[in-house]
Amino acid sequence: MKIMIVLSELMMPMIFVYIIAYGYSKKTDVYDTFVIGAQTGAKIVFKIMPTLIGLMVAVGMLRESGALDIFTKLLSPLTNIIGIPKEAVPLTFMRLVSSSASTGILLDIFKNHGPDSYIGRFVSVMMSCTETVFYTMSIYFMSVGIKKTRYTLFGALLSNFAGIIASLWICNLLWT
Amino acid sequence: MLNYLWGAMILISIVTAAFTGKMGSITNAAVSSAKEAVTVCITMLGIISMWSGIMEIAERSGLIKTLSEKMRPFLNNLFPDIPPDHKAMDYIAANVIANILGLGWASTPAGLKAMEHMQTLNKKKDTASRSMCMFMVFNMSSLQLISINLIAYRTQYNSINPSEIIGPGIFTTVVSTVVGIVTVKLIETLKK
Repeated sequence: MKIMIVLSELMMPMIFVYIIAYGYSKKTDVYDTFVIGAQTGAKIVFKIMPTLIGLMVAVGMLRESGALDIFTKLLSPLTNIIGIPKEAVPLTFMRLVSSSASTGILLDIFKNHGPDSYIGRFVSVMMSCTETVFYTMSIYFMSVGIKKTRYTLFGALLSNFAGIIASLWICNLLWT
Repeated sequence: MLNYLWGAMILISIVTAAFTGKMGSITNAAVSSAKEAVTVCITMLGIISMWSGIMEIAERSGLIKTLSEKMRPFLNNLFPDIPPDHKAMDYIAANVIANILGLGWASTPAGLKAMEHMQTLNKKKDTASRSMCMFMVFNMSSLQLISINLIAYRTQYNSINPSEIIGPGIFTTVVSTVVGIVTVKLIETLKK
């Protein structure tokens, strides 16, 4: 499993080297270009900020009121079967519906358990292999007026579910 | 969707708080969460700007274009119904490469364009074509090298090693993508 650690450490530096070297080879002004791109990045974050504020407030209130705990407890028989940490269950469901709401819950988990706890690592890995299936499907299919989506939902849910199971497996292997 | 979800979340909190006697503390939770969201965004501002700066170099030097050309043979196999030189293929490639590089904001416009062009090939306009189903499942299996947002969030909450999830993340996303593709291909074969 050493390859996982090596991959984590080397991926970002490799991408940097590859892109910058490619940039030089094509005579791109790499730094000037970087600055332009960074501006775009900054704009994107400012665009996300209001949604994140709105949803972190909502999740913070859910957590503090005790509603999130009640919801987690209600679902715990189900999760015991699959073996997902029960605090991660609301996130797993929300992940399918809304990207910003799931981010709110993710950050709530980081705050309460820490990103380096088992559950913190599990949700990190799980978030990187799942997608807001319902939201994405409605946007994409609506844009071209498709009403019958056939087996898309089934395929997407199955692939996301496989991702969740794989996350559990790899986290157990690496961090327990 | 969020219009219902967000309102419901807040209303449920307030109703629950009335029963659990947490009315006073949910006000504080609301205020401190709002503040926290801004702190998260400041961390993200650094990391996301850095990432999109690097990706701008990839874009302007022509690397992204080259990479998406390299993906074409694979994509042609995945979408046998689309002629290899069709416009839809360009947008599918652009969408896939943007996803892989973690450029979520660049992938959606390309993805929508891909749908539009696939719709021109579609015979039943209200029903998803085979290519569309494959494209959507592939897209939602979220194949990517680095989930840069997650690294930003982990940094914000003082992870000792924010990037330790990259390797496992790649592994799991490959699993979900393979399962997605195989499922769609299986269903297509069975339906014939």
